[in-house]
Amino acid sequence: MAGTAVRGRLSWQTATVGPVTDETAKVRTLRLEVPDWPGHRAGQHVDIRLTADDGYQAERAYSIASAPGEPLAITVERLDDGEVSPYLTEEARTGDQLEVRGPIGGYFVWEPGSDSGGPLLLAAGGSGVVPLRAIVRERSRAGSSVPVRLLYSSRSWEDVIYSSELDLPPDGVTVIYTLTRTQPPAWHGYARRVDEQMLTEVAWPASERPLAYVCGPTNFVESVAAGLVALGYPPGRVKTERFGATGQ
Amino acid sequence: MTEASSLDDYAVDGNAIGGLLMALFGTEMTTAVATCGSCGAVRQVAELPVYMPGLGIVVRCRSCQSVLMVFTGVRQVTCVDLMGLASLG
Amino acid sequence: MSPVSRGFRRKREVAPADRVPPGQYVTKDFPVLSAGPTPHTPLSKWTFSIDGGREPVSWTWDEFRALPTETLTTDIHCVTRWSKLDTMWEGVSLDVLLGMVDYDARYVLAFSDGGYTTNLPVADLLGGKAWVAFGYGGGPLGAEHGGPARLLVPHLYFWKSAKWVRGLQLRDTEVPGFWENYGYHIYGDPWREQRYAGD
Repeated sequence: MAGTAVRGRLSWQTATVGPVTDETAKVRTLRLEVPDWPGHRAGQHVDIRLTADDGYQAERAYSIASAPGEPLAITVERLDDGEVSPYLTEEARTGDQLEVRGPIGGYFVWEPGSDSGGPLLLAAGGSGVVPLRAIVRERSRAGSSVPVRLLYSSRSWEDVIYSSELDLPPDGVTVIYTLTRTQPPAWHGYARRVDEQMLTEVAWPASERPLAYVCGPTNFVESVAAGLVALGYPPGRVKTERFGATGQ
Repeated sequence: MTEASSLDDYAVDGNAIGGLLMALFGTEMTTAVATCGSCGAVRQVAELPVYMPGLGIVVRCRSCQSVLMVFTGVRQVTCVDLMGLASLG
Repeated sequence: MSPVSRGFRRKREVAPADRVPPGQYVTKDFPVLSAGPTPHTPLSKWTFSIDGGREPVSWTWDEFRALPTETLTTDIHCVTRWSKLDTMWEGVSLDVLLGMVDYDARYVLAFSDGGYTTNLPVADLLGGKAWVAFGYGGGPLGAEHGGPARLLVPHLYFWKSAKWVRGLQLRDTEVPGFWENYGYHIYGDPWREQRYAGD
């Protein structure tokens, strides 16, 4: 099948935590150094496994935040009742070791030129922005000029991840925020959960043959995907990745 | 692809088990096409509802909610039940 | 051999050992763990039935809610290692429900909306040990936690407390339910740490 050139490693590889960056109060990006990392595609994820000194192990999947060719990085949101995310966002430091399996995924991936159709619609709910940011970065790295609209739903401005990067989007990329719980003073943007009216205003018309990537909590993805199909997007041109219920 | 109902809030999708499937089948599986043994619905694995209640992983048909696949890990052994599928490939 | 991730540890119990079975930690959350979508059976269509006795017996929601109820406060223990202490429930005792059935079976298979099943000995449902619970925390049991009614058998691992329960099938021989078929312990006593078959 075309586009599966990068095979994921089937077994666990040791990774060393590199530099870490706090994106927001609850979200951190960790660079991971993996010897012989085979590279990855924009939109893929890795499985991370932690081992305690009594042998106890826990594993979770995290989207890759970096573009192909950039050092491997994941962006993790701390879930209050989580087991792995509090460790990754608060405890793990440069030099620590964990295990990585991947890269994983052949469905929720994007490459320039892989689709001869129209513009990209990227819809992010909360930390669903992570793989979509990798897509935007890959677009820049590859010199693609495909038009992009990124609709990014976040609880508040303080929860927006990669805000300094998204505030200066590359040519041809438009970022539209909706802040669903609280908004800064003088906010003129959307201030509610994504609905059909918002999609009508933001999404590319179906006639332009757009390709959509929707990622975030399951209820966000369900609602947006259904909304895009209602606008005439063929279901096969709406790719989805669901993170479950996060109490957004 | 076959018509589908909306996913339960607590479900994830086949993307989340991409690593497990890759380790079990030796290849990328999220684009593999699953056919439900109960209702015949056809869907890519990435788009199937997946429940992960901690005891195991349950993959269901998007249309009729029948169980397609179950994975449990008991004492380092992964038990794989694919009996709900008519085909996967 | 996996490298140790410095500083990572499993969640630990922070309550006295006589309250918390081995290998468990205490949580204030109530995790939603489901093997399938939350059903939404309307109460007008809901029934609870006990089959396999001399005659099948069944209650509509109104009939069920007219039965004597109890409130109880108890601890619950999930095989995924969390325990939640002092949970408050309201329900109909299985002593009441089974008391209205003429049977001599020794086992049940509990069944739920959505197809979930779990097996129990009848003896573990009797003697004030089990309820069909419709209330939690002072209000109606929420759908994601098994409402309108779930089985509640707190002395066993919580996978035996089937959410969205719709009845019991009385049986002379024990047949494994959903998780028991996939390697979980046929009985599931948290105090003997019976998580998996063979424990």
